[in-house]
Amino acid sequence: MPARGKLVLQIAAVCVVGLLLALLGWRVASRQAGQNVAAGVERGSAPAAPDFTLPELDGDGEITLSSYRGKAVVLNFWASWCIPCREEAPRLQAAWEKWRDEGVVFLGVDAQDFVGDARRFVKRFGLTYPQVHDGSGSTLGRFGVTGFPETWFVDREGKLVGERVQGPISAEQLDRNIEIALGGGEAALGAAGGGDR
Amino acid sequence: MVRRALLLCLAALVLAAPALASEERPTLADLEDEIICPTCHTVLALSSSPIADRMRQFIRARIAAGDTKSEIKEKLVAQFGEEVLAAPPKKGFNLIAWVLPFAGIALAGAVVGMLAWRWTKAGRRGAGTAGGDSGPSRLRELDPELERRLDEELARFDG
Repeated sequence: MPARGKLVLQIAAVCVVGLLLALLGWRVASRQAGQNVAAGVERGSAPAAPDFTLPELDGDGEITLSSYRGKAVVLNFWASWCIPCREEAPRLQAAWEKWRDEGVVFLGVDAQDFVGDARRFVKRFGLTYPQVHDGSGSTLGRFGVTGFPETWFVDREGKLVGERVQGPISAEQLDRNIEIALGGGEAALGAAGGGDR
Repeated sequence: MVRRALLLCLAALVLAAPALASEERPTLADLEDEIICPTCHTVLALSSSPIADRMRQFIRARIAAGDTKSEIKEKLVAQFGEEVLAAPPKKGFNLIAWVLPFAGIALAGAVVGMLAWRWTKAGRRGAGTAGGDSGPSRLRELDPELERRLDEELARFDG
């Protein structure tokens, strides 16, 4: 084989290996980013909430998380097949009705679920706050969500504050963390468990 | 030649028939191996998670409604995205995943073939040189010092 042809082949092989390594690195880094966000919340360092745009569960529009900047956001990840999600749904709706006029928005993220099942769930529990659908679960990795339900709190500046609540959330946890997100309390550390996967 | 072509056609038909039947009248087992459970990231056949059970229920209902395998897959992709497919669809960027392994095998085969051809050629050339040259011409290529030592050794051997 001529020396030039050999060199071209070697360069091509190095490029292919480099490309595969870059892909692997990107994959590992994107997974690590979610874990960093979760760890940041647990340390109380208030990391920026990863932004996303997802289709509305009941409608043709889309909702972008950052469009709620200036308001406190209760971000609840759930799925209709998740049993603990049924337990907490009435509490979320009650808290929404309590806080909606205080500059607080609730946003439900229905993930890895059938749209029809999710709509039936929303109707069954009479949930009136905004809901988006994330069929592939693309947002879960970015937040480091490990199961359903999981609830996060975003302050007016778009930072994740308070507790990351894993498992069905209580009314007390909702009130306490909403106050933190509104700027009226100290950022709490740690996370509560008990979800479904 | 004609017989070989007929045999090839027959083999293609024999292989295509089950695939066609699976496409037109899929079974749950057919699809369970081709669909990924979104929460546990294994094929549906290996998963017993709640969403996997719900997906099996959905597939059974679509089979009963007369959907083809492609139609059922399309409906699942609409709900869960392309990640739900165990194998990427054969279009667009995903084609790379289908073409690359075969291209790699073809390239490796070509490189091995070329190397084998070169080694064979080099071997023949070497054999031709060793067998074709006469003794004196080979001796002429020897270093004078080596030639002298060889003569000495031969003389000692003869003596």
